[in-house]
Amino acid sequence: MKTKALVVFVSFLFSAGISAAELTVHAAASLADAMKEIGAAYEKESGDKLLFNFGASSLLARQIEQGAPADLFFSADEAKMDDLEKKDLLLPETRHSLLSNLLVVVVAADATTVPKSVSDLTRPDYRKLALAEPQSVPAGIYAREYLQKMGLWDAVKEKVVPTENVRAALVAVESGNVEAGFVYKTDSLISKKVKVAIEISAAEGPKISYPVAVLKSSREPKSAKQFAVYLAGPTARSLFERLGFIVAK
Amino acid sequence: MTGEAWQIVFFTIQVSALSTLLILPVGIVIAWLMARRDWPGKAVLETVVMLPLFVPPVATGLVLLMLFGRHGPLGSILQNGFGIDIVFTWRAVVLACAMMSFPLLVRTAQSAFQEVNPRFEDIARTLGASEWRVFGTITLPLALRGIVAGAVLAFARALGEFGATAVVAGMIPGKTMTISLSIYQNIQLGHDAAALPLLFVSIGIVFITVFCGQIISKRKRPV
Repeated sequence: MKTKALVVFVSFLFSAGISAAELTVHAAASLADAMKEIGAAYEKESGDKLLFNFGASSLLARQIEQGAPADLFFSADEAKMDDLEKKDLLLPETRHSLLSNLLVVVVAADATTVPKSVSDLTRPDYRKLALAEPQSVPAGIYAREYLQKMGLWDAVKEKVVPTENVRAALVAVESGNVEAGFVYKTDSLISKKVKVAIEISAAEGPKISYPVAVLKSSREPKSAKQFAVYLAGPTARSLFERLGFIVAK
Repeated sequence: MTGEAWQIVFFTIQVSALSTLLILPVGIVIAWLMARRDWPGKAVLETVVMLPLFVPPVATGLVLLMLFGRHGPLGSILQNGFGIDIVFTWRAVVLACAMMSFPLLVRTAQSAFQEVNPRFEDIARTLGASEWRVFGTITLPLALRGIVAGAVLAFARALGEFGATAVVAGMIPGKTMTISLSIYQNIQLGHDAAALPLLFVSIGIVFITVFCGQIISKRKRPV
C-alpha cells in the first residue's frame, strides 16, 4: 500500500515537473507593475511559473554575471544587455528591443512649487533632486545625460540624491523628502502621490530602450523563449501601452 | 586609496564619534536609572532600549524615516521651526548610528553601574554627601571604565552601520556616503577593486577600536 502511494506521489512530482517550467525573470524596476500583470496572465495561459526579480538593471546584470539563476533578462537600457552579450551570456538570436519610455520630472501631488522648465530645477527652492544612481542605473544615466545635454548637470549635481533604482526615486518624491525627481513616465502613472511637472519629449530626451533576451544559463530555454515571444505579442503589447510604455514597431 | 575614499573614511569616523558623544549623556542617565532605581515600567523601557539591536536595521531606518521625514511628526517640527533638514543629509547618518549603537552603550554602562558596590555609596551618604556628590565622586568614577567600554562598543557599531543609514540617509557621494554604504555600492557597480581598500581600512579601524575596548574593560580595578 505504502509503496503504491509513494509511486503515485513520485510520478505526480515528475509529471508536474515536465508540464510546468519555472522561469526566473530579471526585470528592470520600472517594469515591475507591467510584468506582474503580464506574468499573471501568462501563468494562467501556459501553466509555467514565473519568479520575478525586480531591481536596477545594473544590479540585475551584475547578479547574472555572478551566476544568479536566471532565464530571462529585461533591461531598461541597451548598455547592460551589451555587457552581457559581450560576456557571451545571452542565447543567440533571442535579444529584442521591445519598449521605450519617456523621462518626466515629478513633484509631490500637493507641492506648491512646481518647475515649469528643467532649468527651474537650478533655483534654490529646489534643494534636493532624486534620481536613480546616475553612474550605473539606467534611469539615472538617462536623466544625467539629458541634464548634461541641456548644460544643467553641473548646476544641479550638488542637489542630487542618488537612489538604488528608479522606484526609490519615485518614493523619495512621494514622501516629500525631496522637492522633485526624475522618473519614467510609466512610474509617474502608477503613483497617486506625485504629479508630472515636465514631460521630456522623445525627440528632446535620451533614447530609452528596453531589450529582453533569454540567457544562456537558462535551464528551460524553450519555455523562456516562449515567454519572450509572448512579451512581444499582442496581449503583452496592449498591456504595456495601457501602462504608458511606447511599444517598438 | 583615492581622495574620495579617504573622505569617506574620515566622514565615517566623524559621524560615528559624533553619534557616540550625543548618546553618551542620555545613555549614562538611563543606564544609571536602570541599575540603581526601581520604577514602574522599568522592564518595558529596558526592552525598548534593546530593540534596535534585534529589530531589522532597515525597519529601524523606516521608523526614523517616518519620524524625521519632512512630513513626519519630528521632521516637520525641525523643518518648519528651525529649517533643519534631517533625511538625506549627514544628520540622518548620525541619527541612524546613534539609534543603532544606543543599546550597546546602555547595556554596558548599566552593568558597570551594577558592579559598583552600593556600600561605598552608602558610606558617602552617611558622611553627608548629597546624591549628586555621591554620583560624581563615587558611582561615576567607579563605573567609568565600563562606560568607556560601552562608548567604544557604540562607536564600533556606528562605524559599520548600514541598513538604517541606507534608508534614512541614502548614498550621496561626499555627503552621506559611509564606508559600509560605499562598499555596498562598489559591489553593486562591479567595482570590487574599489571596495577592497575600504574593506581593509574598516577592518583595521574596528580592530583597533575593539582592541582598545578590550584593554580598557579588562584592566584591573584600582579599588
